[in-house]
Amino acid sequence: MKKDIILAGVGGQGILSIAAIIGTAAINAGLFLKQAEVHGMSQRGGDVQSHLRLSSEEIASDLIPGGLTDLIVSVEPMESLRYLPMLSPDGWLITNTEPFVNIPNYPDINKVISEIEAFPRHIALNAEQIAKDLGSVRSANIVMLGACSPFLDLDYYLLENAIRNILQNKGEELVKINIDAFKAGLKFAEENK
Amino acid sequence: MEWFAKNIEKLISFVNYIRNFNQNKFMEHKLLLLGDEAIAQGAIDAGLSGIYAYPGTPSTEITEYVQRSKEAHEKNISSEWSANEKTAMETALGMSYAGKRAMACMKHVGLNVAADPFINSAITGAHGGLIVVSADDPSMHSSQNEQDSRFYGKFAMIPILEPSNQQEAYDMVNYGFNFSEKMKIPVLLRITTRLAHSRAGVKRNISKEQNKGGLHDNLKQFILLPAIARKQYKDLLNKQSEFEKASEESSFNKYIAGEDKKLGIIACGIANNYLMENYPDRKVPYPVLKICQYPVPKKIIEKIYDECDEILVLEDGYPLVEELLKGLLGKGKKIKGRLDGTIPRDGELNPNIVATALGKDFTKGKEIPEFIAGRPPSLCRGCSHNDTFLALNEAMSDYSKGRVFSDIGCYTLSALKPLESINSCVDMGASITMAIGAADAGMIPAVATIGDSTFTHSGITGLLDAVNNKSPITILILDNLTTAMTGGQKSSAFGKIEDICLGVGVEKEHIHIIKPLIKYHEGNVKIIKEELAYKGVSVIIPRRECVQTLNKRMRAKHKIKTVSL
Ligand SMILES: Cc1ncc(C[n+]2csc(CCOP(=O)(O)OP(=O)(O)O)c2C)c(N)n1
Ligand code: SF4
Repeated sequence: MKKDIILAGVGGQGILSIAAIIGTAAINAGLFLKQAEVHGMSQRGGDVQSHLRLSSEEIASDLIPGGLTDLIVSVEPMESLRYLPMLSPDGWLITNTEPFVNIPNYPDINKVISEIEAFPRHIALNAEQIAKDLGSVRSANIVMLGACSPFLDLDYYLLENAIRNILQNKGEELVKINIDAFKAGLKFAEENK
Repeated sequence: MEWFAKNIEKLISFVNYIRNFNQNKFMEHKLLLLGDEAIAQGAIDAGLSGIYAYPGTPSTEITEYVQRSKEAHEKNISSEWSANEKTAMETALGMSYAGKRAMACMKHVGLNVAADPFINSAITGAHGGLIVVSADDPSMHSSQNEQDSRFYGKFAMIPILEPSNQQEAYDMVNYGFNFSEKMKIPVLLRITTRLAHSRAGVKRNISKEQNKGGLHDNLKQFILLPAIARKQYKDLLNKQSEFEKASEESSFNKYIAGEDKKLGIIACGIANNYLMENYPDRKVPYPVLKICQYPVPKKIIEKIYDECDEILVLEDGYPLVEELLKGLLGKGKKIKGRLDGTIPRDGELNPNIVATALGKDFTKGKEIPEFIAGRPPSLCRGCSHNDTFLALNEAMSDYSKGRVFSDIGCYTLSALKPLESINSCVDMGASITMAIGAADAGMIPAVATIGDSTFTHSGITGLLDAVNNKSPITILILDNLTTAMTGGQKSSAFGKIEDICLGVGVEKEHIHIIKPLIKYHEGNVKIIKEELAYKGVSVIIPRRECVQTLNKRMRAKHKIKTVSL
């Protein structure tokens, strides 16, 4: 088993939390893992990415070789396209469709969305809206985690437990909201893949 | 009683067996750690007594891990932030002097600040194990240059360890402390961003007790008067052959045989991983030498050089080994690497760059659509710096452009659109001193903008120069009550700025505290304008907390339920 994933978004959108949950689940599944994160300068509202690699064999490089990424998971639509050169010809593009506009020259969103939809293997969902409907806008990243989960080859319960583990100190209510967010993303992906 | 006396040894060994059994069980479990965190955990387990550091990407998480660690707390390990890297390095040296294991951590440019004690610590030597961690940033993800700390290690003539992965980072700390104590020498641990900020599973080792502490045999060792320093320096020179021997015997350096002798590959530190990534079965057809401990293992290099037609050198940083091999005239065998263009001269390595160097093809994905816009970092919404620079821009509109010297921190982002307020950012503390020089050259008024943490890092001495020089400069000390750029660490300046300025000799009537908020904009502009007109040293302190640390505090206080993961 080998999965190379790029997590993308804008500083502060919570991609490191997605990485932490998948990471915990993978380690508990006895897999090898490497995850290169971005800290520092680019976190101030700039573009951020994380390379997450899971494998049943020992992993050499912390960075995914270009053109071999299995999944791009993005919490922001334009950011999902920034890493296309990294995506394998049979990889999946999984993205939130709600733009995060903090630059004056953000491109026409319709152009961005049609570029995503032109991609043969894609899942595009409004994670923000789904999270809002569940009562927690801030769980949009967990909706995205749910949406990419069918492609991870990781058992559902490993992921659910990882969410519980990471959130255990924050109270049952928050755990429930996030597990619901996770399930909603998962359901969307199952119905649309 | 007699039975007890007879069997006491058996009993002890039984207790130890149980303890080790538990330890072993717990060691089977892997921790998911950043390279930085692996170093921190490695240090805690190797009997560390104190870690001294000033924050700096990508090194910050080493010290933060120790600060958060319950174990470190129980073991009473010192981990308060230092005012700058020089004070951190000297404090660590003091702990080593007193016989305990100490670590100093910094980003690569921090080693420039700590260079004086660092180079001299090679002459004094160490007593308790002393490791200096320097985290380099090839490709300048968050830095002003991509200098390679291995050159500092070579310059100081001390051993260097360069882990290729998180497990090695963990293991090298214990090795480094032991080696440091055995050879009575500080050891440099060099990492790069990619290892510092990448997570992997790490197995722990049995944790060690701290040293008891105590004096070294030679009480003159640390007095670098010329007569003593000459002797100490000769000692250092004499140790070089032992350092080299250790590199040749080190398990971190490995020669791996290969059939095809047309090429020999020398891969340093994490460059090894990029090499191996290109061979999914991990079998490289060429002989490979992995170097993770320096000085370079000369004999093994000689072997690979002699048996191969050409050599390819892979290093994530400057071409240190490549330059050594090539020599000034480059008359020997063909050496491929950054100097002959096989690999780009600047920037960090990755699997594809290494593939190209090996003449291998790699899959390419689609092009980035041309309408994708860049998304540079920017000041947070509501940031106090924004309101300060709006006021400064207006106050400066009466003068010609190019007068605002600045420094390093979040506020450096005011260089970008739409503010475009500042004209320099060189090294921490340089704003005040460059303003003095420019004022001496006739640029009056000259302005310096400097963050609170940067001010106590290295702005105070510059302020003293300004006061002694009676420079016509206006200094804005941007007090957001934290070290924001690196993630909100406690600032040494907290609650002390006015007293420091008064103590250094700034006149009381030319020190102003303002609140950077749009509703006070007019008043703030007026104060800045008045001080710009004053022909002496003025200090204005715009004070308002960073919104990120404020939010964090409030969230912790109210345990807001909507907190995201
Ligand atoms: C010698 C050196 N050490 C550390 C750093 C890393 N660094 C850059 S900015 C910064 C924090 C500055 O804090 P402050 O001056 O309070 O400004 P703020 O970010 O809070 O606006 C640090 C630690 C550096 N660039 N150079
Ligand atoms: S982290 Fe704080 S200081 Fe930095 S830009 Fe954001 S609000 Fe401003």
